[in-house]
Amino acid sequence: MLIRKAPDLRFSDITPKPLYLRRREFLQTAGGAALGAAAAAMAPPFAASANAQAKTAAHGAKLADVKKSPLSTTGEMLTSFDDITSYNNFYEYGYEKDDPKQNAWHLKPRPWTITVEGYAARKGTFGFDEFIKPFPLEERVYRMRCVEAWSMVIPWVGIPLKDVIASFQPTPQAKYVEFVTAFNPAQMPAQTTRILPWPYVEGLRMDEAMNPLAILAVGLYEETLPNQDGAPIRLVTPWKYGFKGGKSIVKIRLVDYQPKNTWQVMAPAEYGFYANVNPNVNHPRWRQDSERRIGEFFRRKTLMFNGYADQVASMYTGMDLKKNY
Amino acid sequence: MKPIVLLKRVIFAAALIPAGTLVVDAFRGKLTANPIDFITDTTGVWAIRLLITTLSITPLRRLTGWNPIIQLRRMLGLFAFFYATLHFLTWSVLDWFFDVRSMGEDVVKRPFITLGMATFLMLLSLAVTSTKASVRKLGKKWTQLHRLIYAASITALTHFWLVGKVTVTEVMYWAVVLTALLGFRVWWVVRHA
Repeated sequence: MLIRKAPDLRFSDITPKPLYLRRREFLQTAGGAALGAAAAAMAPPFAASANAQAKTAAHGAKLADVKKSPLSTTGEMLTSFDDITSYNNFYEYGYEKDDPKQNAWHLKPRPWTITVEGYAARKGTFGFDEFIKPFPLEERVYRMRCVEAWSMVIPWVGIPLKDVIASFQPTPQAKYVEFVTAFNPAQMPAQTTRILPWPYVEGLRMDEAMNPLAILAVGLYEETLPNQDGAPIRLVTPWKYGFKGGKSIVKIRLVDYQPKNTWQVMAPAEYGFYANVNPNVNHPRWRQDSERRIGEFFRRKTLMFNGYADQVASMYTGMDLKKNY
Repeated sequence: MKPIVLLKRVIFAAALIPAGTLVVDAFRGKLTANPIDFITDTTGVWAIRLLITTLSITPLRRLTGWNPIIQLRRMLGLFAFFYATLHFLTWSVLDWFFDVRSMGEDVVKRPFITLGMATFLMLLSLAVTSTKASVRKLGKKWTQLHRLIYAASITALTHFWLVGKVTVTEVMYWAVVLTALLGFRVWWVVRHA
């Protein structure tokens, strides 16, 4: 038997470093086509995603001075950081659940500005740090129920929306709050397509925005918000379906009309303005009376207002929730 | 070995790759945060890919004149049924765990599930009559019955289209392919009428 001594060569001697670092780039372009016409023809999206690299968003910076909130949901097991950051609906980065994790690294969440407009005394454009500085960072553990009938439990870090809105000193004409999110195709690749009308818009009635449960989240698991979860700042309204939580907010407008939220514009028969979690109002595609908690096998019953009825039901007294879905 | 025999073996092995990948990924914990949805999507998409691919065999035979290729047709159709069955079982066992009432309501109330169920029943009737004995026994009726694949491919793709919140690229891709494959048959019939 002949046993050769390993040659004194290192990989860097064979392929120059800049070149091998571009290997993935090469695979994505030339390789995608060359990997076999048959395979590509059979499964174009699969072939494309097989080449895509899993760019894991690193953990964000630790947030200091986060205080626990009595408004946190107790007695629930938290969904893992990995699941919260790898299974997202964030169409700005693509419509597959893992697209945001793959593509969100393009986003530069700083510097960031938030513009306040409309019926308020204190308006203008604020830098992110200046915007959140006056408010205490609170940890709020909330259930998150997606309209697609899955759910998570997320330890958000955020600032109370009611304090933020109050600081704008809204005038009496302000009846609704409209949240406009980022439009930046260079950093949000799927915005070059027309899968949704951009930018993504959400809205709340003024009393909903002033409800103590509503927050603007800037982090989760005591770290700054990962890009795929809506960095640097997003809306969280735990008694509503997840799509109400507009991500990467750039503009907050105090208005006198009911804002046209994006999914309502897309499919008004399926998504309404209120989008309260309601097991009694079925969606044409998904049953809403049960849900699968991420990490669990059996479905569990969906609770009215996602279990937050005590804090929010009074806002909807007398309203026909079958019509105002 | 004849080219067709080799081709058949290669395609047989290739058609098992998606199912094998699911099994391997299950052990590696790579089925995403929502494994049941992921398995449902993967098996459903492969059923459609293989179903429409089955429809390409006859046009390929006619265009190339290479008759042995017809031997691939039943195998591909049965693989489409294999993935459709996995898809159906994922829905009924993993997702609903035999909750017959909820499933029944969904079949009645939700158009995309109605179409999915209709597709599955059509494919089932084609699969059980796919044996040589059935072909002999049914004769002309077999040909008529197996035209159901045209309906099944349309209901399957519509099911796929309706399940998405937005129209995904793959639905459009297969819609173009299916239109071409069905269009070819119309053109062929008209030309030979």
